[in-house]
Amino acid sequence: MIHVPVRTWMSVVLLAAAIAVLIAIPDFVETFTLMQFTLFSAMAVLALSLGFIWGYGGILSFGQTAFFGLGGYAYAVSVLNLGESTEAIAIAIALPAVFAAFLGYFVFYGRISDVYLGVITLTVTLILFNVVNATAGDEYRIGNAALGGFNGMPSVPTFNLPGNPSIVLDPTQGWYATGGALIVVYVLLRLLLRSRFGRVAIAVRENETRASLLGYDPRLIKLGVFVIGGAIAGLGGALYVNWGAFVSPTIFALSLSAEIIIWVTVGGLGTLIGPVVGCFLIQYLDSQIGTQQTFNSNLALGAILIVFVLLLPQGLIPTIRTIASRLVRLRPASGNATESAAKQPVGAAR
Amino acid sequence: MDLALIIALDVVNGAASLVLLCLGLAIIFGMMRVINLAHGEFVMLGAYATVISANAGLNIWIAMLVVAPVFVGVVGIVIERCLIRFLYGRLVDTMLATWGLSLLIVGLVTTLYGNTIKGVPTPLGGFSVGAYKSSYYTLFLAAVALIMLALVYVVMRRTRFGLVARATMQNPGMAATLGVNPSRIYMMSFGIGSAITGLAGGLLAPVSGVVPTMGAAYVAKAFITVVGGGSAILAGTASSSALFGLINQLGSYFTTPVFGEVILFISAIILIRILPQGISERFFKGSL
Repeated sequence: MIHVPVRTWMSVVLLAAAIAVLIAIPDFVETFTLMQFTLFSAMAVLALSLGFIWGYGGILSFGQTAFFGLGGYAYAVSVLNLGESTEAIAIAIALPAVFAAFLGYFVFYGRISDVYLGVITLTVTLILFNVVNATAGDEYRIGNAALGGFNGMPSVPTFNLPGNPSIVLDPTQGWYATGGALIVVYVLLRLLLRSRFGRVAIAVRENETRASLLGYDPRLIKLGVFVIGGAIAGLGGALYVNWGAFVSPTIFALSLSAEIIIWVTVGGLGTLIGPVVGCFLIQYLDSQIGTQQTFNSNLALGAILIVFVLLLPQGLIPTIRTIASRLVRLRPASGNATESAAKQPVGAAR
Repeated sequence: MDLALIIALDVVNGAASLVLLCLGLAIIFGMMRVINLAHGEFVMLGAYATVISANAGLNIWIAMLVVAPVFVGVVGIVIERCLIRFLYGRLVDTMLATWGLSLLIVGLVTTLYGNTIKGVPTPLGGFSVGAYKSSYYTLFLAAVALIMLALVYVVMRRTRFGLVARATMQNPGMAATLGVNPSRIYMMSFGIGSAITGLAGGLLAPVSGVVPTMGAAYVAKAFITVVGGGSAILAGTASSSALFGLINQLGSYFTTPVFGEVILFISAIILIRILPQGISERFFKGSL
């Protein structure tokens, strides 16, 4: 019989549990809460994209919202022109991926890394924000879709059943689509990390010179990771626009870029579940803070980020894992790259 | 002719504001390799210190030139002691922590003073060149920028503190064996950098909208100017400020202010791509 590691069994069980939760939730919560969960899941897809490129590719992008926003706008423009959402979603994934390929080629083949990469991604986001913000007026339209500048694009059609534009998804089905997309992206990334490409990507993150001496091209690997991250962020953008039926330039905002980084840091860099957990936790906290007036949500977010960087730089999930394995005295499977990655402190990714 | 003069004034103004905005960040980055993402919020704190003390009846010049730098300098030292000093050598962590700090400061100021505050009028009057008008305040900003550059040069080159600071910057370990306390030098440099940033905030308060989130508009610009300039504090800041100020103002003039900024950002990206170590590393290697 083929030996199947315990971790694989655990993953399958957890996956089944996640699907069960996805299906069961609409029966237990009201529509408002369900809509909130839908939003959280769309954002969690975005968090996964950064968690992947930063945690496994060692690429700290300060402008992941560039791809998120491009995906959102690409979806809105193409769904207004095509009158059908399936192809629009595909475009929302493809366009940011192509953009990421261009930008990534420019950056990685110039051997730019570290702070400079952060500066460039940040700047690109600002450019997109400024440009899209300035597209108010009737001359800025793509086909049927007026871009609307700072006013954004209202009443964007939401998802419909694939191939049947007349049947639009209701909130429950929208939840299935968004939560389902989150699970699919998560599983695909897990599988990708187990593949040859994923292992090489981690090797490049650990030591670029050593990886290139072994015959791999770090530039190409990083570019691949970056493009995949861009595509996932684009999907997140489409899901986000589907949630609100609205898109405006604030989708490119720096504050959102900052928030994604907080989600990943809080949840745990070098894990995939960490960013998702961090995203749900912080967004829930944010919405709770929004219901009262005594203190500002920025205050809480900032304090959380500082506390985590200073005291808990690994993030929640790796810390919990360490504590759990100490309690159970269960040694993590040796030689598993994702486990060792989880133990890296935040800054050690590069 | 008049138009050319006015555009030249605009360019000088743009470059001078950039110098003021970036000098503090450049000192902190050049000395300690710390990218302070709360830089924009330091500017904002300087502006708030000016506006609040001026509205309380203090002379506007004292509010701008004394209160703002002293207040932000003290804030900077407190922050260095409580937060930054644990993170030296961990570039990405300092970026994250200072980003958190920037959110914290924005939240704090919003909680204390709300989303808007009564501004201060621009001091000094205006003058006209032919059919165009400009203000003396523009010239004043340029003068202050030049004085600050000169001051930093003199302090770094001619004083004992400057000597020790440059030594620490080059090799903290060796400086420490010679009896210098690098931790103290870092604290003071951070304080000085913060004070200059506070001064910039104070000086910009009359000519910009003073709101808690105003820092966001500055941090990216300051960030790219410093990185574009490279590690030499003075040569880097001055050269990249001049270059980006020129590009920004000319771009704004020939298109719109929005696209002027876009052109600035695009040229910054290209510059970083061509000269990843910054202008100073390529052309002014070894200078201050």
